[in-house]
Amino acid sequence: MNIHEYQAKQVLKGFGAPIANGVPVLTADEIDKAVDALPGPVWVVKSQIHAGGRGKGKFKELAEDAKGGVRVSFSADEAKAHAHEMFGNTLVTKQTGPEGKQVNRLYIEDGADIESELYCSLLVNRETGKVSFVASTEGGMDIEAVAEDTPDKIHTIDIDHSDGVTDAKVADLVAAFELTGAAADEAPALFRTLYKAFTETDMSLLEVNPLIVMKNGSLRVLDAKVSFDGNAEFRHADLQELRDLSEEDAKEIEASKFDLAYVALDGDIGCMVNGAGLAMATMDIIKLYGAEPANFLDVGGGATTEKVTAAFKIITGDPKVKGILVNIFGGIMRCDVIAEGVVTAVKEVGLKVPLVVRLEGTNVEEGKAILNNSDVDVVAADDLDDAAQKIVKAVKG
Amino acid sequence: MSILIDKDTKIIVQGLTGKTGTFHTEQALAYHGTKMVAGTHPKKGGETWTASNGTGELPIFTTVAEAREKTGANASVIYVPPAGCAAAIEEAIDAEIPLIITITEGVPVLDMVRVKEKLDKSSSRLIGPNCPGVLTPDECKIGIMPGSIFKKGSVGVVSRSGTLTYEAVFQTTNAGLGQTTAVGIGGDPVKGTEFIDMLEMFLADDETKSIIMIGEIGGSAEEEAAQFLADEAKKGRKKPTVGFIAGRTAPPGRTMGHAGAVISGGKGGAEDKIAAMEAAGIRVSPSPAQLGTTLVDLLKG
Repeated sequence: MNIHEYQAKQVLKGFGAPIANGVPVLTADEIDKAVDALPGPVWVVKSQIHAGGRGKGKFKELAEDAKGGVRVSFSADEAKAHAHEMFGNTLVTKQTGPEGKQVNRLYIEDGADIESELYCSLLVNRETGKVSFVASTEGGMDIEAVAEDTPDKIHTIDIDHSDGVTDAKVADLVAAFELTGAAADEAPALFRTLYKAFTETDMSLLEVNPLIVMKNGSLRVLDAKVSFDGNAEFRHADLQELRDLSEEDAKEIEASKFDLAYVALDGDIGCMVNGAGLAMATMDIIKLYGAEPANFLDVGGGATTEKVTAAFKIITGDPKVKGILVNIFGGIMRCDVIAEGVVTAVKEVGLKVPLVVRLEGTNVEEGKAILNNSDVDVVAADDLDDAAQKIVKAVKG
Repeated sequence: MSILIDKDTKIIVQGLTGKTGTFHTEQALAYHGTKMVAGTHPKKGGETWTASNGTGELPIFTTVAEAREKTGANASVIYVPPAGCAAAIEEAIDAEIPLIITITEGVPVLDMVRVKEKLDKSSSRLIGPNCPGVLTPDECKIGIMPGSIFKKGSVGVVSRSGTLTYEAVFQTTNAGLGQTTAVGIGGDPVKGTEFIDMLEMFLADDETKSIIMIGEIGGSAEEEAAQFLADEAKKGRKKPTVGFIAGRTAPPGRTMGHAGAVISGGKGGAEDKIAAMEAAGIRVSPSPAQLGTTLVDLLKG
């Protein structure tokens, strides 16, 4: 689960990280009060969307030379004018795609005197199985570009679970960031705070870009991006309040209610598959035969007829879908359950596009019999290759 | 021969009394008499579990240590739900179970970070979590793979994906090759066993004449495995290997079902993995439907 910058900062502030004062704005009429609540002399107005590149982004509705999604103001009136101009408009950044994202929330923050900008993130290092700090002196920039151009400027520092952030690790980090003076003095507390926040809330990513050294020598978290591990949601009921449904695809929200792994894509062949690997491979084979998948959908191992019905309805409800491929290799998942789900869904919502079904594995004969004995217009397929070719042919003609 | 498990493997079930544990234990007992020897449950020690399909009864012990001591088990399979799964793995490590196979999907990643540290200091091997298990045809079935598609033979199968393991098994069965052992290593970012260890075992196993390795987007385990095979080939240890990578069409930044299947920070994409595998002499199948035929072609030379 991703959250907004201002929410990430609230979480980090709760653990004691150095964060500027700021006020989130959720409706346009809160703007003036929010600006007046901060003392100045510098106000920063920041668009809150789940995408990076906001500063360099452009608003669709505004003139080409209008300022981007993060704006610095030197008077309260200027800050208010900026905020009113930004609120409700659509911000296009390199991460949003050309359709952009509507800015429904702003964060208005005290400005800072920046001496230098650093990059600091925490993540789980898959190669070592440990939580790692990623540290670089090249802050405020696209870290992927830094990694590409100057990989020697990126330092990865693994933390042992049982030891935590030891003095030796702090020293490694201070050296990686080239910190001196007050910043070096504050570093142990900050790094331990970030590590504590990461581990205690089950984050999967904590990115502070930039972490700044201010003119007075102190460290501050200037921007923050946080994602939480979906597998750990069960022990963080409080964090669920931070979910912003307006940032998510409607079909993905519906799928999540039924605990279905669904990702909306741009193509026109809807897919229903069991198993994540097979679901990805099904997308790949559709592409191999010259068409594009409309979605990734893994119904999982223990799906019920109800869940399969819901999954099928989400696919048929997508106006982009011109054909559907059901690909099941039953292990725990029984083919008859899938067949029942498809038949039930078609009875409820109808079927206006071609449907190709490939069933294999547990209870395959029962599954095929259910489909054959129903009124549903199914094109049966012998194997995955045959299924992919048939659905692509049906859609492309 | 086979790897990891055979007809003499004796298995404890952690999470036997739940619905999933019960169903798959019944299936395992029905599969060539896989030696399931006991279950564990902290509050049900002393009770007896009875299969609903008449395949047998198993004693339930309070702890894994006790179960191991009383039965001589040398493997454990875990069906415990995500919240208690890490503790179950840790209990098995403490009981010095040599092989721990964890089926559970949805274990928090930081729990696995904790488990991995303990595991690295132990002599236990962990397969999974979020995996379909391990199966040696006609001998032993641990986990949730459908036994009916297997055939004793010569192909070693290792995969991050459950259902793609079934594809590889099914296709090699249909091609008449059969399998020595199939291992699902699991779809999570932090797991007990990576490709390399399994490839090493398949290279060392005389009956394994060829290998199918199925990876997916996310991480760099496939690249490391390809490098391993290339290095071993230079030493003269080489077996015909077919590869497949799922997720060529997956968008960056999105988690595709498996917690570990995500292209992040420009890393973990399918094309890099395919290139690394091809450079190591692995024949990469263009389609998940052609794993078996690609291997047959490769074996013909």
